Amino acid sequence: MVGLHNSDIKNPTLRWIDQRLPLISLMQNEYAKFPAPRNFNYWWNFGALAMVNLMIMIVTGIVLAMHYTPHTAFAFDSVERIMRDVNYGWLIRYIHANGASMFFIVVYIHMFRGLYYGSYKAPRELLWILGVVILLLMMATAFMGYVLPWGQMSFWGATVITNLFSAIPIVGDAIVTWLWGGFSIDNPTLNRFFSLHYLLPFVIVGVVFLHVVALHITGSNNPLGIEPKGPQDTVPFHPYYTVKDTFGMCVYLMVFAFLVFFAPNYLGHPDNYIPANPLVTPAHIVPEWYFLPFYAILRAVPSKLGGVLLMFASIFVLFLLPWLDTSKVRSARFRPVYKWFFWLLVVWCVILGYCGAKPPEGIYVVLSRLGTIYYFAHFLIILPVLGKLERPLPLPESIAQAVLGGGGRMPAGAVAKPMEKA
Amino acid sequence: MRRLVIAAAAALSLSAVAAPQPALAAEATVAPPAQNWSFGGLFGTFDRASAQRGFQVYKEVCAACHGLRHLSYRHLGVLGFSAAEITAIAAEYKVPDFDDDGQPIERDARPSDRFRSPFANEAAGRAANNGAYPPDLSVIVKARADGANYLYALLTGYGNPPAGMQLGEGMHYNEYFPGHQIAMARPLNDEQVTYADGTANTTSQMSRDLTTFLAWAAEPEMEDRKRMGVKVMLFLLILTGLMYASKRKLWSDLH
Ligand code: HEC
Ligand code: HEM
Repeated sequence: MVGLHNSDIKNPTLRWIDQRLPLISLMQNEYAKFPAPRNFNYWWNFGALAMVNLMIMIVTGIVLAMHYTPHTAFAFDSVERIMRDVNYGWLIRYIHANGASMFFIVVYIHMFRGLYYGSYKAPRELLWILGVVILLLMMATAFMGYVLPWGQMSFWGATVITNLFSAIPIVGDAIVTWLWGGFSIDNPTLNRFFSLHYLLPFVIVGVVFLHVVALHITGSNNPLGIEPKGPQDTVPFHPYYTVKDTFGMCVYLMVFAFLVFFAPNYLGHPDNYIPANPLVTPAHIVPEWYFLPFYAILRAVPSKLGGVLLMFASIFVLFLLPWLDTSKVRSARFRPVYKWFFWLLVVWCVILGYCGAKPPEGIYVVLSRLGTIYYFAHFLIILPVLGKLERPLPLPESIAQAVLGGGGRMPAGAVAKPMEKA
Repeated sequence: MRRLVIAAAAALSLSAVAAPQPALAAEATVAPPAQNWSFGGLFGTFDRASAQRGFQVYKEVCAACHGLRHLSYRHLGVLGFSAAEITAIAAEYKVPDFDDDGQPIERDARPSDRFRSPFANEAAGRAANNGAYPPDLSVIVKARADGANYLYALLTGYGNPPAGMQLGEGMHYNEYFPGHQIAMARPLNDEQVTYADGTANTTSQMSRDLTTFLAWAAEPEMEDRKRMGVKVMLFLLILTGLMYASKRKLWSDLH
C-alpha cells in the first residue's frame, strides 16, 4: 500500500507531516484511543512504571558516564568525585544506584502480577517471553553496572559470578579467561563491562518496544482474565489510564525519592565503599538484593555445575511457563487452588532471598534447598497437574457485567480494587 | 524441556541428600550501641563546633597514620573555617610539584589541594604499622555497617581481653572490631587533645567529635540532600493528592 497516510489531524503543518510519517496517528491510536479493559486494578500500573524507570536509568546513566572513568586505578575515585565535586552528582548517582533497585521492585511486581492473573497464557505467550528476555538483559546490565564503582563487592561479586562459567566442562576455564580479557578480573574486564553496561540498556529499549508491539496486538489482560467482548468492556487509554498511571507514578516517585534523599545507601552494601582489593576477600560476598533468590538457588546445590544449571534454569523455566500451565482459566480469582500455590511461591521466593543474604550454613542451606525444590516443583509439576485437576469457579459473562451489573451497585473504587488476598 | 526436568530432578535429589556445605566461620561481631547524633534523622545537620573539634582530633592524632584523600582543604570552609584559617592549615603540609623549569619540588599545600596522605602508598603504610594498613578515612563512615555508631564504639571500645583470650603479636583488644583483635593501638586517651573552646577532652567526647567530622567527610552532601528531600517529598505529596482527585473525578462517570 503506497501513498500518503489518510490523516485526520486539523493543524495543516502537523497533518502534512502525519500524512508522510504517521507518527502522530500512531501515538493516537496506540496510546490515546487504544481500548483498554475497564477493570484494571493498580497492579496494572507497573508496566508503565517500568518504562518510566528505564528512561530514568538511561538519562542518569548517560550523565554519570560523562564523569566516570572506566579504569581500575581511577574508577572508585571518579565515583567519589561525582559525589563531591560534580554539581548535583550525588543526586544523579543516588538516583541511578537506587533506580536499579526500584527497577527490580517494579519488574518483579509486574511479573508476579502476570503470574497471578495468568497473563502469560494464549494468546500472550510471546509477550511474556519478551518480558523474560527483558529480565535477563536487566540482570546482565545491573550486574555489570555494580562492577563499575570498583569497590570490594564490585570486584568480588564479579569474581564469583564470572567464575560460575568455569563450571562448564572442558571449555569453562577458557570461557572465563575470555570473559575477563585476561587471567584475572582487571582493567580489560572493567572496560568491557562499562562498554556493555552502556549498550545493554538500549537493547532493552528495543525489546521493550517489541514487548509493547506484542501487547498492542493481543491487547491487555485484566483482573478477570476474560477477553473484552465489546466497547462496553473497555475504556480509551487516554484519559482514563493516563490519569491512573500518573497517580501510580506519583506514589512510586515518593518511594523512590524517600530512598534517594533519606536512605541512599540502605539497599547497598557498605563494603562497596572500600576500594577493590584483589588480595583481601570480604568475609561474606553477597550480591545486590535483587539477585539473592537466585544466589540462594545457586548455593543450595552442593555441586558447582548443578548450582549454575539450576540458577539459569530458574529463569529459563519461565520461558516455558505458557505451556507448563495447563489451565485454560487465566485469573487466579477463579482458580481457588492455584491461588494458594501462587502465594506459596511468593513466600518461598522471599525466603530464598533471605537465605541468599545469609552464610551458606545450617538452617539457611536447608531452607534454600526446600525453596529451590518448591520453586521448580511449582512450575514443572504443580502447574501442569493442577490445570487438569482443579475445578475453576464460573467465569463472569463479560467484564461489564462483572463490574457494573448484578449484585447491586459496586462502590466507586471497585474498578481500582486492589488484588484480593488469597 | 525433558533435559531440564531431568537436570532439575537430579540436582534436587542430590541436594536433598548431600551434607551441608562447609560453613564460613562467621567473624565475631558485636552490634555497636546506637548514639544520638546531630546529623541523624530526617532533618539532622552536622554540629559545626563538634565537627571542627573533630577535625582537630583527626589532624593531631589520626592524620599520623590515616589519609583523607577525597577531601581538599578548601572543603573545610563548609565547617565554618575562614579562608585565612584554611590557607594556614594547608600551608602546614608540603605537596610534590614542579617548578617553572620542570624540576620536582615540594611546595606548601594550597586550599585547592587534596589532604596530604601520611604514606606514599599502601606498602609504605603497612611497613610503618607492623604489616597492617591504616585505611583512608574519607568514606569510612559509609564503608562500615552502621558507620557512625561503629566508629564511636571502636574508638571507645578498647580494653583488656577477657581471661583466656590470646592476643596476637602487636594486636590490641577491642570489643567492637570484628574478631576483637585490632592492629591499631588505642588512638585516643583522655586529655590527649586540648580544645580551644574549653570542651571536656574525654575519650568519649573526642570520639564523638571525630565521628561527627568523619560523618561529614563521608557525606558532605547530606544536609543539601535532606533539605532537598523534604521539598521533593512535599511537592510529590501535593501532586499525588491532585492526581488522585483527578483520577476520582475522571472515573466517576464510569460507575
Ligand atoms: C599509629 C598509627 C595509627 C593511628 C595514629 C591511628 N590509627 Fe587507625 N588504624 C591503624 C592501623 C594500623 C589500622 C588497621 C587495623 C587492622 O586492620 O587491624 C587502623 C584501622 C583503623 C580503622 C578501621 C577499623 C576497621 O573497621 O577496619 C579506623 C576506623 C581507624 N583506624 C580510625 C582511626 C582514628 C579515628 C584515629 C584517630 C583518633 C586513628 N585511627 C589513629 C593505625 C593508626
Ligand atoms: C537498564 C538500565 C540500567 C541499570 C539497571 C543500571 C544499573 C546500574 C547499577 C546497579 C550501577 C551501580 C551503582 C552503584 O552502586 O554505584 C550502575 C552504575 C553505572 N551506570 Fe548504570 N544502569 C542502567 C543504565 C545505564 C545507562 C544507560 C548508562 C549510560 C552510559 C549507565 C551508566 C552507568 C555508570 C557510568 C555507572 C558507574 C557510576 C556509579 O557506579 O554510580 N547505566 N548502573
